[in-house]
Amino acid sequence: MLAKRIIPCLDVTNGRVVKGVNFVELKDAGDPVEIARRYNEAGADELTFLDITASSDNRDLILHIIEAVASEVFIPLTVGGGVRVVGDVQRLLNAGADKVSINTSAVTNPQLVKDAADRYGSQCIVVAIDAKRAGDHWEVFTHGGRTATGLDAVEWAKKMENLGAGELLLTSMDRDGTKSGFDLELTRAISDAVDIPIIASGGVGTLQHLVDGVKEGRADAVLAASIFHFGEYGVDEAKRYMKQHGIEVRL
Amino acid sequence: MSVDIAVIDYGMGNLRSVSKAIEHVAPSASVVVTSDPAAIAAAGRVVFPGQGAAPDCMREIDARGLRQAIVDAARSKPFLGICMGMQVLFEHSEEGDTACLGILPGTVQRFPHEAMHDDAGSKLKVPHMGWNNVHQAMPHPLWVGIEEGARFYFVHSYFVQPTAPDVIAGFSHYPFPFTCAVATANIFAVQFHPEKSQNDGLTLLGNFVTWNPGERDTACDMSGAACA
Repeated sequence: MLAKRIIPCLDVTNGRVVKGVNFVELKDAGDPVEIARRYNEAGADELTFLDITASSDNRDLILHIIEAVASEVFIPLTVGGGVRVVGDVQRLLNAGADKVSINTSAVTNPQLVKDAADRYGSQCIVVAIDAKRAGDHWEVFTHGGRTATGLDAVEWAKKMENLGAGELLLTSMDRDGTKSGFDLELTRAISDAVDIPIIASGGVGTLQHLVDGVKEGRADAVLAASIFHFGEYGVDEAKRYMKQHGIEVRL
Repeated sequence: MSVDIAVIDYGMGNLRSVSKAIEHVAPSASVVVTSDPAAIAAAGRVVFPGQGAAPDCMREIDARGLRQAIVDAARSKPFLGICMGMQVLFEHSEEGDTACLGILPGTVQRFPHEAMHDDAGSKLKVPHMGWNNVHQAMPHPLWVGIEEGARFYFVHSYFVQPTAPDVIAGFSHYPFPFTCAVATANIFAVQFHPEKSQNDGLTLLGNFVTWNPGERDTACDMSGAACA
């Protein structure tokens, strides 16, 4: 039976892993290669690296990090942040990424998602959606949560699936860094609207939140950063907790 | 230096992952990622990976003049197909109604929309993405050291349906049983990604780089439980 995935997320800037609250107030969490190695040993199902500043200087740094991680960690690696053209996708894949996550550029240039999926296959194109509640629906934001787009998140998810996205990384901006749990309504609304896998992100503070994301949010994978980086919980501990609550996991 | 292992590059997907993992399990071997038919012919063993869509895959194979080199390698030396590199060994893929290499009899089909729900009625997503149990349908040197039902990493929307059931080396469930590994004399091919399947994946790749197809029975006798 297919296991639900646990994905530690490493937000990287200037070659270091950091974690913010509501996308700001960054706190240093360590060396990305060392952290990746530790998560791999603890049984992480995949790793996601988000290059959160993604300036051109930083781009070379993340390529070196991915190369170093890919030489010794043999699980799927997703990299996102600042992907603007098909050539960016190519460079990240060449460095050892297995999937590339596209966020802002999917909004400014949806054709990029189609071109990248046509060229490299849907299996390696993840579209990241940062969504914020707006009355009775959710709105898509870009530029690390700074720019409103007016797009409805559920409709946007369907459009991205149609253009060839193989997976959606869905972050609730209202919950990110708050430790109050995923936005389960948002997660479920999008998971039900599309046929491709959904990674729930934003707000994990307890292991029960991971269980809720799968059971109530119907997420196919759950992503978390701070609960793992700062040693509150281990990835292996999280998996055992999910299994105790009836969720199929890889132990 | 002679090439021990050639990884066939036809422009489809992330070959760095495959070559890195092979270098990891065979640090003293010479591993090349190549689109040169002569290099493939000269290699001791061949890995045929691939991601993306079947029509593009077949087009790229022919654009690079690789068809004959792949067919020859699949008939003559230890040959490992991975993901799309497994699917196009068969005769035909439903994806883009594509004629494939026809090295193995059978077809490639999409997970049918109407079947994609679990026992509780919950929708199952396509692509089938993540870690699933692989059940070993036959003893084989490449399974040595890997537990029955071990989890491997999958990402695909299509699966193979071999005409001859005796080539089925492994199967998985999503939600119905589908073939995820096939084996003939010198070919082993898998739908999952051993290069991304952590320790069990590395074990499988390690078994491949030392596999001598002509000595299959001997290898099994020496391997213990996995071949019992």
